[in-house]
Amino acid sequence: MTKNLRVKSSEYIDETNRISFKFNGKTYHGFKGDTLASALLANNVHLVGRSFKYHRPRGIMTSGSEEPNAIVQLNPGTNRTEPNVRATEIEIYEGLEASSQNCWPSVEFDIGGINNFLSPFFPAGFYYKTFMWPPSFWKKYEFFIRHSAGLGKSPTSSDPDIYDHRNIHCDVLVIGAGISGILAAKNAAKNNFKTMLVDEKNELGGTTIFENNEFNKIDNKTPSEWLKKEIEELKHIKNLEIKTRTSVAAYHQYNYLLARENLTDHLETKDKTNKIRQRLLKIRAKKVILATGALERPLIFNNNDRPGIMLSSAVKKYSEFYGVACGNKNIFFTNNDSAYESALSLYNKGINVEAIIDVREQSESKIVKKVKEAGIKVYWSHTIVDTAGYKRLNSVSIMKLSNDGTSVTGSKISISCDCLGVAGGWTPAVHLYTQSGSKLKFDEEKQIFLPNQNTSEQISVGSCGGDFKIDEIIKNLNQKLKDTLNIDETDLDSIKVEIDQENSKRNIWLLPSDKPLGKTKPFVDYQNDATAKDIKLALREGFRSIEHVKRYTTTGMGTDQGKLGNMHALGIIADTAGVKMGELGTTTFRPPYTPLTFGTIVGRNVGKFFDIFRRTPMNDWHVENKAEFENVGQWKRAWYYPINGETMHQAVQRESKAARESAGILDASTLGKIDIQGSDASEFLNRVYTNAWSKLAVGKCRYGLMLNEDGMIYDDGVTTRLGENHYIMTTTTGGAANVLGKLEDYLQTEWPELDVYLTSVTDHYATASLCGPNSKKILKKIIPDLDLTDENFPHMSFKEANIGSIQCRIMRISFTGEHSYEINVQASYGKDLWKKCIDAGQEFNITPYGTETMHLLRAEKGFIIVGQDTDGTMTPIDLQMDWIVSKKKYDFIGKRSLYRSDTMREDRKQLVGLITEDPNVVLEEGAQIVSELNQSPVEMLGHVTSSYFSPNLNKSIALAVVRGGKHMMGKQLFVPMENKNINVTVANPVFYDEKNERLNA
Amino acid sequence: MFLINCPYCGERDQQEFKAGGEAHIERPKQPTELSDDEWAEYLFMRKNIKGIQFERWNHAHGCRKWFNMVRDTSNDEIKAIYKMGEKPPSQ
Ligand SMILES: [Zn+2]
Repeated sequence: MTKNLRVKSSEYIDETNRISFKFNGKTYHGFKGDTLASALLANNVHLVGRSFKYHRPRGIMTSGSEEPNAIVQLNPGTNRTEPNVRATEIEIYEGLEASSQNCWPSVEFDIGGINNFLSPFFPAGFYYKTFMWPPSFWKKYEFFIRHSAGLGKSPTSSDPDIYDHRNIHCDVLVIGAGISGILAAKNAAKNNFKTMLVDEKNELGGTTIFENNEFNKIDNKTPSEWLKKEIEELKHIKNLEIKTRTSVAAYHQYNYLLARENLTDHLETKDKTNKIRQRLLKIRAKKVILATGALERPLIFNNNDRPGIMLSSAVKKYSEFYGVACGNKNIFFTNNDSAYESALSLYNKGINVEAIIDVREQSESKIVKKVKEAGIKVYWSHTIVDTAGYKRLNSVSIMKLSNDGTSVTGSKISISCDCLGVAGGWTPAVHLYTQSGSKLKFDEEKQIFLPNQNTSEQISVGSCGGDFKIDEIIKNLNQKLKDTLNIDETDLDSIKVEIDQENSKRNIWLLPSDKPLGKTKPFVDYQNDATAKDIKLALREGFRSIEHVKRYTTTGMGTDQGKLGNMHALGIIADTAGVKMGELGTTTFRPPYTPLTFGTIVGRNVGKFFDIFRRTPMNDWHVENKAEFENVGQWKRAWYYPINGETMHQAVQRESKAARESAGILDASTLGKIDIQGSDASEFLNRVYTNAWSKLAVGKCRYGLMLNEDGMIYDDGVTTRLGENHYIMTTTTGGAANVLGKLEDYLQTEWPELDVYLTSVTDHYATASLCGPNSKKILKKIIPDLDLTDENFPHMSFKEANIGSIQCRIMRISFTGEHSYEINVQASYGKDLWKKCIDAGQEFNITPYGTETMHLLRAEKGFIIVGQDTDGTMTPIDLQMDWIVSKKKYDFIGKRSLYRSDTMREDRKQLVGLITEDPNVVLEEGAQIVSELNQSPVEMLGHVTSSYFSPNLNKSIALAVVRGGKHMMGKQLFVPMENKNINVTVANPVFYDEKNERLNA
Repeated sequence: MFLINCPYCGERDQQEFKAGGEAHIERPKQPTELSDDEWAEYLFMRKNIKGIQFERWNHAHGCRKWFNMVRDTSNDEIKAIYKMGEKPPSQ
């Protein structure tokens, strides 16, 4: 059936601009202005997808962002493909392709449809109950479930589009450009408020723009005519920025909102390139006016989900706005007057309306009379008890409702039809309102949640604030605008409104059927296939909290967050549990209102900007010399320098040997450096380090250990006294920023009386660490006039010198146990310094080494790395570093914690060395350590923290933390691995040059 | 996302700030005089109030100054902001 259902020309559809597009591989035509949904409906295509659990055929239900069913994959198989997109929101363009989701092999024949017939076996919680046992089977179940279910497919190649972010500060942000939003924006801007008006649609005007009910008049015009004139006037107003195709995704506290502005999605592919696709607007507004409107509610009855069953307001919009008839034989099912407007709209265009089924006993409004005059049959006090038609609705069965609305009586009438518009009343769109932290209250009379307690400068106007009739809307909007903008008069003062007064409603959350509930399928959440039956089952099984029922039944957990059915779920729970809706509370709506693509969220922060790297001044040299790099914090550090196809192990063994046998050089520029000055600098260091500083002579260096107040090791590094009141502190590479922050915190909050100034100078200096027995000779070549004798320049001391015209600070300190120098120059001279060292070191076969060799060399010496051998639970005592903890100092950060009962326990984990029985077996870092092998369960005594094959000792070495390890020297322990147990012996953690003789070699 | 009025810089977005926990917990002047329990009280115990809470904030990506904030943790309303060393406002 390809009959064209385009019924009249609409001013929003450009019939001169014919567009061809593909849906499920078949070519269709639509016009400029169509959405994918309206174009499909014009081609009489209702079946667009399958439901998630039962794979039931589903059609287009709405005309907006609340759509639960018509979810498609856009441009499948291309790098611009996007899953889970609502067909009701996609504007068609030439060449657009879309396909159904969640069906295989096709939407017409879906093998998963068998789940529908098996549905007695798929109650709420089915997955939880069935697939939890035995636990090891989950992997097998998951494979099956993932393949037979699932929403769209994510793209497999990188996104070709550009995304952007923009910060916006405005006085007034108006969300929603229906009649209320337009009037609010206009009056705000006219009163000199910098105003922004956003709407998710491509046209302004909301639903009023096609409101042609002849009984409603504004200044003697139909609301539609009147609003068009207002929109025209908006164009001439200053202070007003209008953003269409812009959807507010999140409303955070303090009026901070995130909106997605869609810039190219409606353009042809060739026009999309090199343009920004979407822009994330980060809006901070002084005042927010919510004019988000209301969403029509469906009605919950047996088999209420067939293709062809739509919201009554959507049927009307397709006819009035897009000029499309959704069916040839239309009927409506309603509990209020809205459906009569839709019916009349169709009737006036010559579209056949068969009947209206109304659960109310009667209605006296003018529009109802008009419908009767038109000869449309109305069944009062009736309900639909069933529907028929697998891939398209073909008939409904109706019966008379009992007086209390809980059952049906009389005989069944069948009415043939191909489209059913349902009208269950209106739910204010309060999603953004609640996101802002503001609280709702249930209005028992109107049966809706309404804004109640605002937490920020905001107002809710129009139907999202509970005003549904144009006279109420304008009256209340006028007062709210005056109050919030603090103005005396508005354009609204003089507007005259006439309306059709009567609008009664009979709310029944779950409509009865002649069949028992267990034999029916009244869907509450269409996207997740949750029925009223599931909700009742959850209550029977003891779930009471709305949040629990929601999770158990998955109601409201889909990509649409249950925008249509959440109220019904609450209503059914309230009715079943016998409580009032207001007492039940509502569930929380969370951002985003509609899904955002990742591209929009990350904006420009993609590729190399995703996570910014820091590189040292010597970086180019490392790259030229084929270094492999390692990420340390944000830094890219040279890891090792393979030559002639060496493996990492081979390179590290060579580098480590060279550094001890002759000379090595390491780029240590990434170490944190903090310049400390002030008359209390020494006292300050006394308080932040565990050891004493007052007696450190100018020109000397000292290793310091910094604790947290809980006594655990926080950071370490060498600090040098440059002058009486001047120190330079080095920190670990990763800890630099946190250490500075911690020191500043103490200075500002605990010890403001201290005269100390801290400056981060990490990036100001480049550091080359020259080490090995020949390091002294190399340095001598570079700076011939510096006296390098042990008398003048001993270990742990500092000199200032010049290399040519480059000033440098040289510390004779060592992290490898070898005679070494750390040479610091201004960062811009870093590469120059490095090259000079390399050149001077040629004759000594100077070997550049990376972080891996550095780690190996220090492990040979038993030097810890904070963060590798410690994990925030280790005290200096645990590390057997008692020597660095001053007994004399009255106080320092963490001191008191070192003699808490817990930190003094003898059986704490303590740092030890481990030697493997087989010297060639290298332990795995992180491996667990036990003392018993034939015991189950067995106590884990600790774990390996650092492990290497030492080329200088020609055996495997490891550092580990072991419970009570301090007293286990020489004891045999075991490291159980997957396939074998490794025998190890506890040893002194200093493996190499225990007497530190090489420092002065 | 809060809008925080740094006492040194003015209103700035929350992402420039770092929260620093409960305020007005003074570091004992003589820790060595304290029993384990007294020290633990300082070290570990925090009120974590639902309602009016006094807390420390740092303008980490700005002037780097620490200051105090009075915040209603139930709705995140910032009731007051004052500099370190200044007297907290009375409730
Ligand atoms: Zn500041």
